[in-house]
Amino acid sequence: MSAALIRLRAGLAYQGISLGVIALLAATALAVGDHLTRAPIAAAAARDLQASLTQVLPEGFADNDLLADVREVADAGGTRRVYRARRDGRVVGAVFQDAARGYAGEIVVLIGVDTAGRLLGVRVLRHSETPGLGDKIEAAKSRWIHAFAGRSLDDPGAAGWAVRKDGGMFDQFAGATITPRAVVRAVHAGLAFHAAHRAEINDVEDAK
Amino acid sequence: MMRDIVNDGLWRNNVVFSQMLALCPAMAVTTGASNGFGMGLATTAVLVCANVLVAAIRHLVSPQVRIPVFVALIATLVTLVDLVLNAWLHELHKVLGLFIALIVVNCAILGRAEAFASKNTVAASAVDGLAMGAGFTVALTVLGLVRELVGSGTLFAQASLLLGPGFRFLEITMLPGYGGMLLMILPPGGFLVLGLLLAGKRAWEARPRRQPKVGAGATAGAA
Repeated sequence: MSAALIRLRAGLAYQGISLGVIALLAATALAVGDHLTRAPIAAAAARDLQASLTQVLPEGFADNDLLADVREVADAGGTRRVYRARRDGRVVGAVFQDAARGYAGEIVVLIGVDTAGRLLGVRVLRHSETPGLGDKIEAAKSRWIHAFAGRSLDDPGAAGWAVRKDGGMFDQFAGATITPRAVVRAVHAGLAFHAAHRAEINDVEDAK
Repeated sequence: MMRDIVNDGLWRNNVVFSQMLALCPAMAVTTGASNGFGMGLATTAVLVCANVLVAAIRHLVSPQVRIPVFVALIATLVTLVDLVLNAWLHELHKVLGLFIALIVVNCAILGRAEAFASKNTVAASAVDGLAMGAGFTVALTVLGLVRELVGSGTLFAQASLLLGPGFRFLEITMLPGYGGMLLMILPPGGFLVLGLLLAGKRAWEARPRRQPKVGAGATAGAA
């Protein structure tokens, strides 16, 4: 290291400028990284969604491409995207997302229901819960999420839609109550949304 | 020189057991051996990259502003790793993604940048990053193993999610029908196990030696 560099480094201007340069380089690297990865990440997310869509419906339940049969349903908080499952052209079910705040950020769940609002399956799409505690909401790590299948808004009723600790009927995990509580809330809200817009989601002629 | 660096990282100056750094991620993820191992691997990758970068620019950064520069570098690096994994190694990201955000708060990385990489060559810093990362991985895996065994009676549960189906053989249920001990899975269990392991390491290092010959003690500890 030359003496000139050491002298230069001690100057106030050098420090300010070097900080600025580093910040600029970091910002550039992040912008380039974001630009390069945006498309692949979106593609991967779409693949995940496709895979999850088939998971929340029983095998052979639908014969259409759910990703192509989308209806935007207007709701209090804006529009929601509903993927509709058809068999022989008739709507037999719907898949949509809902979210609730968990212990560490949003938990996004994917909810599959039949036309009457009975749950066919629920999967967690995205979450950032604590590994080892809250991540048991993932189907790969625990069977917990399967407890929702077959339930509906009236079964178990409003009071039952909570974790056991709150007097409901869904288990919480050892060491994690906030996470399952959020998932239960998200699924319940999703069912309420489906009930409120059932005719629109099922197409009017299919509605009961 | 290199031998010393490796010994430092793995044992003598182990991130968790000696420097007592990075305890926040260490406590958070070591509820199981698999999680600890995954966190260790992800951290090692970032540690090596950060060490190399910091060593490469060490002459250009003036000492007065080095900390913000290092912090900016490490935060950028972690974000890029997260993006790249998510884009091109999506399956791995689904498993490791949870841990990557935690690496930003890992003071061990800033610690190595400050204590080692800013004073040493690129090559030595890379070795230091590898050794420290390996030491961190071992420490987290051991912590995870103990907590998992006592806490839930299994070993390496869900290892196949992290490493691929070929590693299913690692998943062992040691105590079938064991109800589990919640305390060990919760943060206090982490501190308890860490405390006991630290005491064990100290006791091992302070054990009376039969042949107090000159030079024999330096390497014996690494056994």
